[in-house]
Amino acid sequence: MKKFVLILISSLIFISKAYALIQVDITRGNLDPLPIAVSPLHVDPKSEKQEDLNVRELGEEISKIIEKNFKNTGLFNPLKKEAFVQKPDIAHLKPRFEDWRLIKAQALVTGKLLVNKDKLKVEFRLWDLTAAKEMVALAFTTTPSNWRRVAHIISDKIYERLTGEEGYFDTRIIYVAESGPKNQRVKKLAIMDQDGSNTKYLTLGNELVLTPRFNPTNQMVTYMSYFRNMPRVYLLDIETGTQEVVGNFPGMTFAPRFSPDGKKIIMSFAKDGNSDIYTMDLNSRVVERITEHSSIDTSPSFSPDGKFIAFNSDRSGLQQIYVMRSDGSNVKRVTFGKGIYGTPVWSPRGDLIAFTKMHKGRFYIGVMRVDGTGERLLTENYYQEAPSWSPNGRVLVFYRETKAGEKGEGFSAKLWSIDITGYNERRLSTKTDASDPSWSSLLSK
Amino acid sequence: MNLGEKMTLQKNLKNILLVIFTTLILSACSTAKKSGDIDGDVYTGKETVEYLASGVPDRVFFATNKSSLTTASRATLRKQATFLRKNKDLNVTIEGHADERGTREYNLALGERRANAARDYLMTYGISGKRISVISYGKEKPVNPKSSPISWSQNRRSVTVKVN
Repeated sequence: MKKFVLILISSLIFISKAYALIQVDITRGNLDPLPIAVSPLHVDPKSEKQEDLNVRELGEEISKIIEKNFKNTGLFNPLKKEAFVQKPDIAHLKPRFEDWRLIKAQALVTGKLLVNKDKLKVEFRLWDLTAAKEMVALAFTTTPSNWRRVAHIISDKIYERLTGEEGYFDTRIIYVAESGPKNQRVKKLAIMDQDGSNTKYLTLGNELVLTPRFNPTNQMVTYMSYFRNMPRVYLLDIETGTQEVVGNFPGMTFAPRFSPDGKKIIMSFAKDGNSDIYTMDLNSRVVERITEHSSIDTSPSFSPDGKFIAFNSDRSGLQQIYVMRSDGSNVKRVTFGKGIYGTPVWSPRGDLIAFTKMHKGRFYIGVMRVDGTGERLLTENYYQEAPSWSPNGRVLVFYRETKAGEKGEGFSAKLWSIDITGYNERRLSTKTDASDPSWSSLLSK
Repeated sequence: MNLGEKMTLQKNLKNILLVIFTTLILSACSTAKKSGDIDGDVYTGKETVEYLASGVPDRVFFATNKSSLTTASRATLRKQATFLRKNKDLNVTIEGHADERGTREYNLALGERRANAARDYLMTYGISGKRISVISYGKEKPVNPKSSPISWSQNRRSVTVKVN
């Protein structure tokens, strides 16, 4: 990906003082989404033509992406453009607040863009229509091919201003793209923008690949591959395409994840019928054994401060979730509810662990406090697992499979997301069947 | 009633109980058979089974979340051991598998544990560990794609595959 240049024009930034401005209450889910008008960005007529890019439509397209992002949060209700009362360029200068209030909008996004000398210059403003105030104004310069990311960055800035939380739109999701009959599945690593566009395949499907996970600090990925029929954990640089085996283990390594500082990989190593948890430092290559127990220990996940590890073990008989210090000491079982528990994933905010629960033939995605109390089951289905957090700890993405008939017909695997309030469950559009999603950190951070 | 009579009666009672017990087991078996070759939840049928040689089945089946070998599994593995002793140059890979009703990562570990349970048993019957490699596919390679208890029981398996 081309380097992204983000220039903040400081004179344009007005973070308004905290009086009487609109605020989205994000603690309740989508009960009362905020009506927002996203005006098409005005395209400066001086803009130059670009190959493979319809510059005249760019302002409209960017506003559509912003609208879609907002709609998908469940927190906003983007209003139909037919009802809009002002031309984009005039609204961007200064909206007639009372006219926009008439169509029941509470917030308005305006902007303009110019394509000139292979640069795309964009500025946008967020207006509080009730208080008749400007809330945010920002400008960017980037290469024109980055126009979709511009839309996501604008979405993030507005989301941050209105909710008080970091956004998650300028992000990507890596996953396993699946095709073919159920008993001869072809699996490839795939990556897409969080809104489902820009799908790219990173492997050809010659070997089985599983469980890709992003480094939380950059765009490196760790995953498991059966390359040469040797199931091992790999490290992949998605910018350069270079990859390498992680460690020199005489057997299967699997269930990899990065440490929160991105400097270690934590994973399971299976030998002689026993799986234990290990870390490898990516700089020094030093391997450390973290658990030593005759049971299966797998699916490790660090707390964001790096001090603890949640993992899955059947040392009590069946799969349960345990938490230990990152050196392997002080192991405590945290799940005691009915059923069995797997795939613990520590929230980037540190306060919750997401998990998969299996009970009486049904599968649940849930969250609980890190000591196992306060369990909340967000969604129930025939089969679903592998939650991954949005970088702001607000949304979980996971995969769901359907029941198959006699010859495997009717089987599908899809990505879904749900808000941690349990609201706004929705399917993510993917080009193929998909599983094992992992959400990246913010690209522009 | 003298002591002799008492003992005969007890013996008869015991026999009767034994008969009742056996009938119960048999009927239990036959109902399980009817519902498709499954005992408890271990597959006992032959539908998916292939053979390393005549009379030497290539796979054994497991209960949900378990990697312990059943009596039938041990009998199958003893046949494999005899076959491997006769074919000294032959090496094998044991593939461990799980059904689709569990999380992917745990199933990878479970498949590895199942494959090693079979490997360990072959080794106790004199087959060198050097001749047996293991690989786990977790739930990635179901032999039966249907979502049903029977196909799940067929998929919970370890399969001995010739490598040369």
